[in-house]
Amino acid sequence: MALHTTRPDVPALLRDAGLAGFVAALLAFPLLGFELNASAQGITLNYRLLWIVYAAAIVFAGRLGISLALFYLAPQIASLIPKSGGLFARLSPHATRYSVGVIMIVLALALPWAGADRNLVDKATLILIYIMLGWGLNIVVGLAGLLDLGYVAFYAVGAYSYAILSTTFGLSFWICLPLAGLLAGAFGIALGFPVLRLRGDYLAIVTLGFGEIIREIIINWQVVTGGPNGIGGIARPSFFGLEMLPVATEGHTTFSDFFNIPFSPDQRVIFLYYLILMLALATNFFTLRIRQLPIGRAWEALREDEIACRSLGLNPTMVKLSAFAIGATFAGFAGSFFAARQNFISPESFTFIESAIILAIVVLGGMGSQIGIVLAAILLVGLPEWFRDLAEFRMVAFGAAMVLIMIWRPQGLLSHREPTLRLGSGGSP
Amino acid sequence: MTTPKPVLTVEHLTIRFGGLLAIDDLSFEARTGDITALIGPNGAGKTTAFNCITGFYKPDTGRMSFHHPSGETHLLERMDGFRIARAGVVRSFQNIRLFPAMSVAENLMVAQHVALQRASIFSIAGFLRLPSYLKAEREAHDKARYWLAQTGLENDADTLAGSLPYGSQRRLEIARAMCADPSLLCLDEPAAGLNPSESLALNALLKKIRDEHKISILLIEHDMSVVMQISDRIHVLEQGRLIASGTPDEIRANPDVIRAYLGVEDHDELAMVSGGQV
Amino acid sequence: MAYFLQQLINGITLGATYGLIAIGYTMVYGIIGMINFAHGDIYMIGAFISLVGFMLLAAFGITSVPLAFFLVLVFAMFFTGVYGWTVERIAYRPLRRAPRLAPLISAIGVSIVLQNFVQLSQGARVKPLQPMVHGSFQVYNDGAFQVTISYLQIMIIALTMALMVAFTLVIRYTSLGRAQRAAAQDMTMASLLGVNVDRTISITFVIGAMLAAVAGLMVTLYYGVIDFYIGFIVGIKAFTAAVLGGIGSLPGAMLGGMLIGLIEAFWSGYFSIEYKDVAAFSILVFVLIFRPTGLLGRPEIEKV
Repeated sequence: MALHTTRPDVPALLRDAGLAGFVAALLAFPLLGFELNASAQGITLNYRLLWIVYAAAIVFAGRLGISLALFYLAPQIASLIPKSGGLFARLSPHATRYSVGVIMIVLALALPWAGADRNLVDKATLILIYIMLGWGLNIVVGLAGLLDLGYVAFYAVGAYSYAILSTTFGLSFWICLPLAGLLAGAFGIALGFPVLRLRGDYLAIVTLGFGEIIREIIINWQVVTGGPNGIGGIARPSFFGLEMLPVATEGHTTFSDFFNIPFSPDQRVIFLYYLILMLALATNFFTLRIRQLPIGRAWEALREDEIACRSLGLNPTMVKLSAFAIGATFAGFAGSFFAARQNFISPESFTFIESAIILAIVVLGGMGSQIGIVLAAILLVGLPEWFRDLAEFRMVAFGAAMVLIMIWRPQGLLSHREPTLRLGSGGSP
Repeated sequence: MTTPKPVLTVEHLTIRFGGLLAIDDLSFEARTGDITALIGPNGAGKTTAFNCITGFYKPDTGRMSFHHPSGETHLLERMDGFRIARAGVVRSFQNIRLFPAMSVAENLMVAQHVALQRASIFSIAGFLRLPSYLKAEREAHDKARYWLAQTGLENDADTLAGSLPYGSQRRLEIARAMCADPSLLCLDEPAAGLNPSESLALNALLKKIRDEHKISILLIEHDMSVVMQISDRIHVLEQGRLIASGTPDEIRANPDVIRAYLGVEDHDELAMVSGGQV
Repeated sequence: MAYFLQQLINGITLGATYGLIAIGYTMVYGIIGMINFAHGDIYMIGAFISLVGFMLLAAFGITSVPLAFFLVLVFAMFFTGVYGWTVERIAYRPLRRAPRLAPLISAIGVSIVLQNFVQLSQGARVKPLQPMVHGSFQVYNDGAFQVTISYLQIMIIALTMALMVAFTLVIRYTSLGRAQRAAAQDMTMASLLGVNVDRTISITFVIGAMLAAVAGLMVTLYYGVIDFYIGFIVGIKAFTAAVLGGIGSLPGAMLGGMLIGLIEAFWSGYFSIEYKDVAAFSILVFVLIFRPTGLLGRPEIEKV
């Protein structure tokens, strides 16, 4: 076969790797070769010139290794990757997708009982928050094609709505949840109305600006939001009026007393897990259904061609606004769950990086693919959670992974789109 | 027998882009139930006139009235593009604007958005799948199927619009426009890029839309075999001005039209105008 | 009046740095139509490299301030330029024909990598620098309040102006400028006509990074403290400046930068320092609503 007859052009590969190593040395020289050491006396310079050599050597060897691997393994790799339709092409038939969805839901339901410890359930809860946020943002970005870089603002509005309503008025989670969603949706309309006429990238920067404005208001409006210190002592959600606490507050019963079982903190963790699972599945159900309605089709049509939409009588502002508001509402629901789970919220949880992660989940998942978003959330939120001890290394790897996945699959992990109706000879859906 | 009101009256339409006078005091009308053609050399301002009529450009001066068969009159220069479409003036595009990643059937469903959205009552009836909505949806499916059959796309209902061959995309655009319930169908070069047999089929389709569905058509066309065969009246534009109006036979014999097309006298000027096409 | 004048001087100084960074955004957007989200972090890298440069020179015993300043300028521009080149080569070039959002996500990834790389290699602590350029003019004195303009402020404004003029001339009269404008109009056509599009884009990124390095150097001297996180908010504001001025327009970037700088200076001077970013973004929203292409951007005729 080809690998026996042709030999790699070794000098060219060496030259290429040498160049890469040289660039690495240049990059490493100012920032790895020296360390600025800040102390009370001022600042001193530590020399670590050897690091430059290490960096150059690693990049040289890595580049050479990758080139050789590509050369010898390219035929095998090519045969592994299907020619078209992408990695998960086999998932595309409707029935298969449906069963994959059902299997995932069953697995998710079984997770707390399948020997998973409390830690794992807790991490799964976090992933589910991001899945829900991803599904919510997917309405805005994936379906309507509106680039929103400030989605976290609505998440923050939801979280603070619940926190403030709960701590000052003593309202319960179940009353606040819809209120938080409504408030976030109202914010979406208020913010969206003036700016949704803007073209894609302008919209991106304005939404990003709004995200920062909301955060700045939270930090500075101390009387209401607690400023940088945040709000603590937020009430946990109850299970149909039964509290998930070791001892009941006055006039209430605890979950453990009611069912006459010993209290364990695990009960609360598992309860929160099921709660977010239900909220996330509701989001998913909503999206799947609304995609088949006129408004859902209008969102996708708008993403495809706004001018054609206008020529068919669709009001682009209203169509965009509805997507923006509905996306914001789901962020509000997720936010109030987040506040209830954390018991404490502060502006630090609502920085731009959160918006970036949620957007990355949607784009990596494959813009519009519900299952893709689940995979991307597990990849981007789940995996780094397991490497929490590595701190900044983890974040470097996280950023690098975003770049690499985009280069590998610019259209996202699952980019197949299922039509919302069939009129062919096969009959109606 | 009294002549019915024209479906569209354009009076003193003028629009300029920077220094370029794209349309200069253009007045014409399209009669109800007619196929009216706008012809003229490249850069004569035909597409610009279309864009004004369908609300994509706002003219500097002029008045465009659309008379709906129900008797209502709409002043198009004051309306947003999407409202003009809702009033019953629906257009196609010279460079085909489908929703390429959506299926053919979905394209036709989007065209019925306004009616379906009303039936879904702020999406609530639709979300709950109430019988009233399901009925409206079935009717929309039937209408889509009907126009698929009329345009010969019945076997492509579930293909992606973007993957259709060129000729089919042109026909889909007409089907989509018809699904939006127009009273005046505006077609911007529907025969561009079609082969002779496709062109013939198009002629038949347009005649059918006029004769059976009683829908007035305004079209821009370069293909003279289409224009001369199906048009009831033709208006000729040159450099943003109307230079002739009449039946196909009258236009064929008009010396101004011949000069405009062959450019005997103003060769340089014509070349300049074609270069500055909007 | 005196206070007003002082805020004006401070605002122009701040605006000059925003303008320099905004040029990087506007050029990249003009040529490949993407928001180079990592550009703010390139500026941060420039600031760190400048600081390392100053410390190195001090270690070599170079004490002449003008000489040190010049050497650090060259040092920072070169190495930051290498960062700009590498980022484009690795993270953006493979995505030239990808869907619109892919390069943006890639850029956000790069931004995360750069921030955490600097945090890892240089530590999370704030890095202070003793003031190097002392002295100031007294411009105006009304008895109660003195208006001063420091030598450093003069230097920042003068250097920015010089770079702007030089840069405008480059774009207008050199073959590089022609290649850039051609690639911005139509990349395929430009390459058919013999423009090396890849190289032109690379150079665009390198120039953008170099200008950001100048801004980084000046901010290091002006404020005297830097940390790994400064790139984010400054990057957003510089992009805001680019959009405000009309994205794709070089004078627009400078004008937008100046406006954002002035708004910030006057807002913090007269109202409250707390909501200064809110003020800047609100102005942006207003401008975009009434003039969607920015102040100096050419209005587009929608192609139907």
